Amino acid sequence: MKLHQLSVFSENKPGHVIAPCRLLAREGVDIRALSLADTQRFGILRLIVSDWQRAKSLLEQAGSVVKVTEVLAVEVPDRPGGLAEVLEAFEGTAINIEYMYAFPFVRGEKAVLIFRFDQPDAAIARLQEKGISVLDSGALED
Amino acid sequence: MTFQPFSAPDYLPRPILAEMQLSRLRTIVSRAWERVPLFRSRLEERGLAPQHIDSLAAISRLPFTVKTDLRDTYPFGLFASPMEEIVRLHASSGTTGKPIVVAYTQEDVDVWTSVMVRSFAVCGLHKGDIIQNAYGYGLFTGGLGAHYGGEGLGATVIPISGGNTDRQIMVMKDFGVTAICCTPSYFLHLVERAAQLDVDLRELPLRAGVFGAEPWTSSMRKRIESLAGITAFDIYGLSEIIGPGVAIECPCQDGLHIFEDHFYPEIVHPETGEVLPDGEEGELVLTTLSKFAMPMIRYRTRDITALIPGQCACGRSLRRMRRIGRRSDDMLIIRGVNVFPSQVEAALLEVEGTLPHYQIILTRAHGLDQMEVQVEVTPETFSDKIGALEALNESIADALEHVLGLHVQVTLVEPHTIQRSEGKAKRVIDRRSQS
Repeated sequence: MKLHQLSVFSENKPGHVIAPCRLLAREGVDIRALSLADTQRFGILRLIVSDWQRAKSLLEQAGSVVKVTEVLAVEVPDRPGGLAEVLEAFEGTAINIEYMYAFPFVRGEKAVLIFRFDQPDAAIARLQEKGISVLDSGALED
Repeated sequence: MTFQPFSAPDYLPRPILAEMQLSRLRTIVSRAWERVPLFRSRLEERGLAPQHIDSLAAISRLPFTVKTDLRDTYPFGLFASPMEEIVRLHASSGTTGKPIVVAYTQEDVDVWTSVMVRSFAVCGLHKGDIIQNAYGYGLFTGGLGAHYGGEGLGATVIPISGGNTDRQIMVMKDFGVTAICCTPSYFLHLVERAAQLDVDLRELPLRAGVFGAEPWTSSMRKRIESLAGITAFDIYGLSEIIGPGVAIECPCQDGLHIFEDHFYPEIVHPETGEVLPDGEEGELVLTTLSKFAMPMIRYRTRDITALIPGQCACGRSLRRMRRIGRRSDDMLIIRGVNVFPSQVEAALLEVEGTLPHYQIILTRAHGLDQMEVQVEVTPETFSDKIGALEALNESIADALEHVLGLHVQVTLVEPHTIQRSEGKAKRVIDRRSQS
């Protein structure tokens, strides 16, 4: 159920984000989803890739600092209020969403969002309880 | 300007000065030999005794004293006077917590006052001047050194100490201050703040600044002089020798006159220790010729300069040294505060547990030294959450500020972006002279 997300530290300077993307492209690793969180001074490039273990070692060999985090890919109805329904599932629980970003992947009527929860297992249980589908990595293959 | 009797030693004919120096040197070497075990054992190792010092040139046979000697004998190991004869202790910052302690007998305080009086006189100050002393008062020698010198001159001293810039400007304006003592960077800050407050220093009676405790460039001097309408004098000194008042610039502004009747200068090759001729650049080595409580013999200042050949146009016979541009060791002087890279390392270690690669970058903005510490992100410290990285950034900055007493800008950088060098790491990039 859980996906391995890679995070790469990046200085907020021109050309700094493209380098890891280029490296993975050259090595034939697909980037399935990407988000860039940034401040004025630095940024964090977050990636979901086709082969996270290989991508991690490639990036590390290239000198990057890489952190692996477990995230969830959640199906969200692709209509107004769809996201709100998912978020409402956590109202009144102790589960926090650290951050989220969209996945450029649509399954029929559903959009997919990547969620970083502080308690991924509890979040899975809650989502299933609410009938919201959490994808596993296989479902994200083309 | 009327000639003051206390300035007479500035004009001694060289042969008479040399005679005085030799006689004082022999006395001080004998005193250290009798009273400072470290000095005596070093002489004995070399088969030397005080009677071997039969000329000024023979000083080059004597062993050097270095900063670590003061630290190794902390606190009182190099004192040559019993505590009952010591009337004052000062201390300067050290690399790792323990400061360096220096001592003065009443005679030493009097000598110090006399060289400060002469320094102010060289700058054209006299009785009737109102001196705003914005050097810090306390263990630092700057505050009390300038204070006693100003009073000794017969001037009016305002012991305002450092900080509280708005009040400094108010006092300067309302009290009719004619001269100020502080670090050059603090004065520039004061000038800029005055402009914000619509105070034009050029319209005030202020006419001289006696600036020291940190290296400053000629372009900075020009800026100070034009913005404030004053003459800016460079004063040199260090606690280990006496404090401020070892050397002072005269109105010719062509090097600093060393008070050679009390401090004997040599320039040596920083690595070999070989004595270099006048005009050649090297490390300044000073010997105190008249200090009782703590004689310093051939003290390695780590300041790089040269002795200027020939006599100054001002007519003083005292030799001059070029203004200090850099130091041979790694101590940084940032806004007058001594900073060692090892202190930065200690702070980083405290926050991160292990020492990351880092670099210190010094620049100057709005006349003030700016310190940036770039720290490489490590797998241990990296997080996928922005908030966690920002918190890391902040805790490093807090730890640095706590250790150094300075605001430091911390920048997290990608791994391997700080240049590695072979051998000793290049921890400091000093761009202050470019601004």
